[in-house]
Order: sequence, then structure tokens, then C-alpha cells
Amino acid sequence: MDLKVNDYTTDDGLTVITVEGEIDVYTAPKLREKLIDLVNKGKFHLLVDMEKVEFLDSTGLGVLVGGLKRVRAHDGSLELVCTQERILKIFRITGLTKVFGIHKTIAEAEEKRKGAK
Amino acid sequence: MATVELSFSALPVHVRTARLIVTAVARRSGVDEAIMDEVRLAVGEACSRAVEAHRSHCPDEPVRLELSDGDHRFQVIVSDSVPADEAEGGPPPTPRPDDSLELALAGDADLGLAVIAGLADDVEISTTPKGVQIRMSWPTDRPAVPSA
Repeated sequence: MDLKVNDYTTDDGLTVITVEGEIDVYTAPKLREKLIDLVNKGKFHLLVDMEKVEFLDSTGLGVLVGGLKRVRAHDGSLELVCTQERILKIFRITGLTKVFGIHKTIAEAEEKRKGAK
Repeated sequence: MATVELSFSALPVHVRTARLIVTAVARRSGVDEAIMDEVRLAVGEACSRAVEAHRSHCPDEPVRLELSDGDHRFQVIVSDSVPADEAEGGPPPTPRPDDSLELALAGDADLGLAVIAGLADDVEISTTPKGVQIRMSWPTDRPAVPSA
């Protein structure tokens, strides 16, 4: 299945990236390009919605870590929305749950962002 | 002899095909559905690593995959054709899952090996004269098939 990547920016300045499909060594470059493109356009607060991701491997993790480094260079943030246990397990195994803010819903992420302001 | 042997061109697009075949053979070998995602992911990681190694050193050589079952184990061996003297520093050490956070943030991550180490029930990474071999296995609900 091809990877579908779409994005929109809320009034609050949070850019939500919805990802659908399998993120692996073949498809991860598409997500990497999207993250680089958004940062180049000055979008430094990113929320990646992984609820429709069917498969994630270390290449995908690497792309997310790379995106996080890019936005942090601009005092930005990259957080995730994910409730799928099989995807969360990969973040736990690699210790990346300590690196990414992981939310249950987009609304929850938006609320926490407003609360932190 | 392996139950199924597969070799594929070192292209990222074929890693998905390898995952599909491994899942089918694992299911047929009696691997519990509850750990099928782990098998699929670990083997995909090993294949991705081999594909990347081949693309850097020997893009025309195929990646080899051997799948076998017996004695209540489903075993997968992923072999690349990059000799240790070509791959810098030889085979990578198997990282502990806890190491990966530091590696990832340092920008020198081998997250794939950390994922394999965290997912496979039994992992062994070794160097052969022809290249690096990653052997992984998981339990099945079936005993060895007696030879005829």
C-alpha cells in the first residue's frame, strides 16, 4: 500500500500531518520530504497523526527523529498521535517514548499545547 | 535445508514482498498470530539493513533469505554479501534496546538492530566469509516434521 501524507495547519499554528499506510525503507523518503518541506516553509510545530499507519519500521523512526532534530533547531516541536499498541511497542523498544510526546487524539495534543502556552 | 529460500534484488521495494512471504510461511509453520507482527517487523528490519548494505557495496548482488521450521521453532536467516573487510568495522554489535535512544539522538542510530533485538525471541548476528548473517527464531506450536 502506498503511503499517503497530508497536512493542514490549525489557527493555533500547529501543523497536523496525517499519515496513512506503511512506513518502511521504501516509503519513508516520502514522509522525510514532507517534514523537510514543512520546516523549510517555517512550520516548526508539527503533530504527526499515526492512527492510520499500518506498519512502521526503524527507517520511519529515523525519519521522525530527523524531523524532531530539524524543528528543535528552530525551537519547535514534533509530537505524535498514536493509540495503536503495535506501533507504540516499537517506540517503547527503542526508548523513543522518552523523546516524543505521544497523544491519544489530535484534540488532546491541541489542549496540552494551549495549556503549555 | 530451508523450507523456503528466497533471494531478491537489493531494492527497498522488495523488502515489503519479503515481509509478505515471511508472514505467510510463519503462519503455515504454526507461529502464534499474537507474535506475527513481531516476526514481520524483525525480518523486515534485517532485510532493510541488508538492502542498504548491498546498495552501498554490491548493488547487483541479491539479498538471501532462508525460512525453516522444526523442533518447535520458526527460523529466519537473512544474509548479505558484504564481506566484513568491506563493511566498515565488521558486523555491528547487537545493541541493547536501551542503547537506541542515545544512538538516535546522536544521529548515528542503528535503530533496526535495536528493534530486532527487542522483537526476536532469539537473535544471532555473525560474519561469514561472504557477509553478515542475521539469524532469528520464534516458537511454533508444532514439533519437528519427522524425515521420511
